[in-house]
Amino acid sequence: MNSTEILNLKNQDVTENGTYKHTLQPIVTGTSVLGLKYKDGIMLAADCIASYGSLARFRNVQRLHPVGKATILAGSGDMSDFQHVQNLLEGVMLQEHCFDDEQEIGTKSIYKILSNVMYSRRTKVDPLWNKFIVAGIENGESFLGYVDLYGTTYQSPVIATGFGSHIAIPILRKYAEPRASDLTEAEASEILDNCMRVLYYRDARSFNKIQKAKVTSAGIEITEPYSLSTNWDFAESIRGYGA
Amino acid sequence: MNQNSILKDIISDSNTGLKFDNARRNQALEAKGQIMPKATKTGTTIVGLVYKDGVVLGADTRATAGSIVADKNCAKIHYMAPNIYCCGAGTAADTEYTTNMVSSQLTLHSMNNGRESRVVTAMTLLKQYLFQYQGHVSAALVLGGVDVHGPHLYTVYPHGSTDKLPFVTMGSGSLAAMAIFESRYKPNMEREEAIQLVNDAVESGIFNDLGSGSNVDVCVITKEKVDYLRNYNKPNQRIPKIGNYKFNRGTTAIISETVKTFNKSSEADAMEVV
Amino acid sequence: MIAMTEAAAKQNNRWEPYVDNGGTSLAIAGEDFCIIASDTRQSEGYSINTRYDSKLHRDSFNFRTEKISLATTGYSADAKNKHDKEMHSHSIAQMISIIQYQKRFFPYYVFPILGGLDQEGKGCVYSYDPVGNMERVGFQVYGSASGLIQPFLDSQVGFKNQQNVDKTRLLSKQEAYDIAIDSFTGATERDIYTGDFLEVYIIDKDGIKKEVRQLKFD
Repeated sequence: MNSTEILNLKNQDVTENGTYKHTLQPIVTGTSVLGLKYKDGIMLAADCIASYGSLARFRNVQRLHPVGKATILAGSGDMSDFQHVQNLLEGVMLQEHCFDDEQEIGTKSIYKILSNVMYSRRTKVDPLWNKFIVAGIENGESFLGYVDLYGTTYQSPVIATGFGSHIAIPILRKYAEPRASDLTEAEASEILDNCMRVLYYRDARSFNKIQKAKVTSAGIEITEPYSLSTNWDFAESIRGYGA
Repeated sequence: MNQNSILKDIISDSNTGLKFDNARRNQALEAKGQIMPKATKTGTTIVGLVYKDGVVLGADTRATAGSIVADKNCAKIHYMAPNIYCCGAGTAADTEYTTNMVSSQLTLHSMNNGRESRVVTAMTLLKQYLFQYQGHVSAALVLGGVDVHGPHLYTVYPHGSTDKLPFVTMGSGSLAAMAIFESRYKPNMEREEAIQLVNDAVESGIFNDLGSGSNVDVCVITKEKVDYLRNYNKPNQRIPKIGNYKFNRGTTAIISETVKTFNKSSEADAMEVV
Repeated sequence: MIAMTEAAAKQNNRWEPYVDNGGTSLAIAGEDFCIIASDTRQSEGYSINTRYDSKLHRDSFNFRTEKISLATTGYSADAKNKHDKEMHSHSIAQMISIIQYQKRFFPYYVFPILGGLDQEGKGCVYSYDPVGNMERVGFQVYGSASGLIQPFLDSQVGFKNQQNVDKTRLLSKQEAYDIAIDSFTGATERDIYTGDFLEVYIIDKDGIKKEVRQLKFD
């Protein structure tokens, strides 16, 4: 018997009428989220859309979620799984709050908890269909980490999920990563806006209504949703696809 | 009679058009576990843009066979006509032969009517050929040139569709390169600025896409002349080896030895020209 | 309707729980030292996740007796699920094997290499398959460039297929180190999944020394 057959026996994941008990594909999805390190901390960006297949279903969704006083969780992929994780982390934070010892779970611990959850769910072959960025400041040190549905983790001065890993990462690696330690807030903000704009041009599941968030020593700040400017002038000069 | 046999009656005796029986046979064999020969792909970054005086084409120089680098410095910008060049991505053999064949047709056409080839002509020949093969000839091309109507830039997809745009990218590094174009392209750039932008777009593919690598080739086409800047930029020099891996004479074991002496042929025998 | 869902279930469209994150690890055992090295590129498909993700895990900080390092390649999330404390190298070696075999039918998709010094102070390398088959060897490479580097080590460390050479000759620390570096600069040229940085641990009686070198970024 091979490992796949044994897995089938163990998980009992197919019911008698042939339906699955676990997620086979994401349903309502959020596209890329981006994050970068700069002089004063971490900055994140995400758009406000949740798609249902190719339908732009929900156009005012917040995908940057604060956890405690110095951590932000940015989520892409299945929105219901994302909300489940928000709820789960809220439970953990609340439990910790009830000790009433003036302590709060730090960014690295939240990241560890989340990556353990993600890895254990993949080991049950019933993953949470997301790619997350965890960002925050702990003991004056900024943190930016990635974790996905496989439990794969990495930390890097610039991170992007989904389509952003193809489109935004090249821009972030060129303009943000080499200067991570002396990038000003205005510069970081401009780079992220630029990445989100290029994503809006090229990712069919994206939107130009976005939000940004930052974590600095002063705490968390999440902007209100705002629209990016776009330029379609070049379209005027195009006449067909041939002569 | 089912639909298939009706179709068969109509089509099978036809001697015109292409048949794809072999393609379907190969697919079936592959599904059964037959291992097909692995073609060299140019998992590539190729780009092009229109600037003030013409077009600039750019390409990386890595060719791959699966996860192995097959060629570290191959040339992906192909000659089509004196005023037209074409970057190729996809299966190396397909891009090479498609561009060569169309180039030959263009030469004959231009000699026949005594005029310089036009970029649309090249584009039309390419798309008609690729459409015939229904995507089985995997050549994804960036075609650029300058003719009597000015600068033109096209992309040609393996199935035969085309685009005409002011800046284009193709290959596995197309998104990395397009990210640079989308954030920095503007119309009517000067030559140096255009070359720099093309270089940066190709470098973006080289460093962020594993299918692309090594050097940057650039080709600048204007009304007056063509500058084929082979290895315009070499941002990936090999780290020198520390050791010396010369084997001493006699390291290779001789298992058996046979010596055969050949008859020396005298010059008179060899050169009997009457 | 039921027939439709059954058909869907029968189609083996199960989610694949493994991913290959690429990368290469290498270890060479010497007379009284051990070199263990790994590139730091973590990739998925044709994308680089990060240029610096350490695949070498330092397991023992006891500077008097054994010094051991563990290198892993394969699915990165599986590899990170281990932690160790002070133990003899062969005990750690055995433990890794047991941990792996515990998941015989849903294996950790990793290829560990354990390198360090044994109880006699001799260099040692243990290599494994994903389900815990273990072997003590003189040198080992695993990962995306193993097919390129292993034959090179067979020749330059193992002196295989050569005549008129002293096969009992032991490599000096510097020689082994140079071969490890050249293995990676060479593999970086031809394997698309190997590159960015190289982490090297040199383990001897004085302890563990770590070095980081740059490889190519393309």
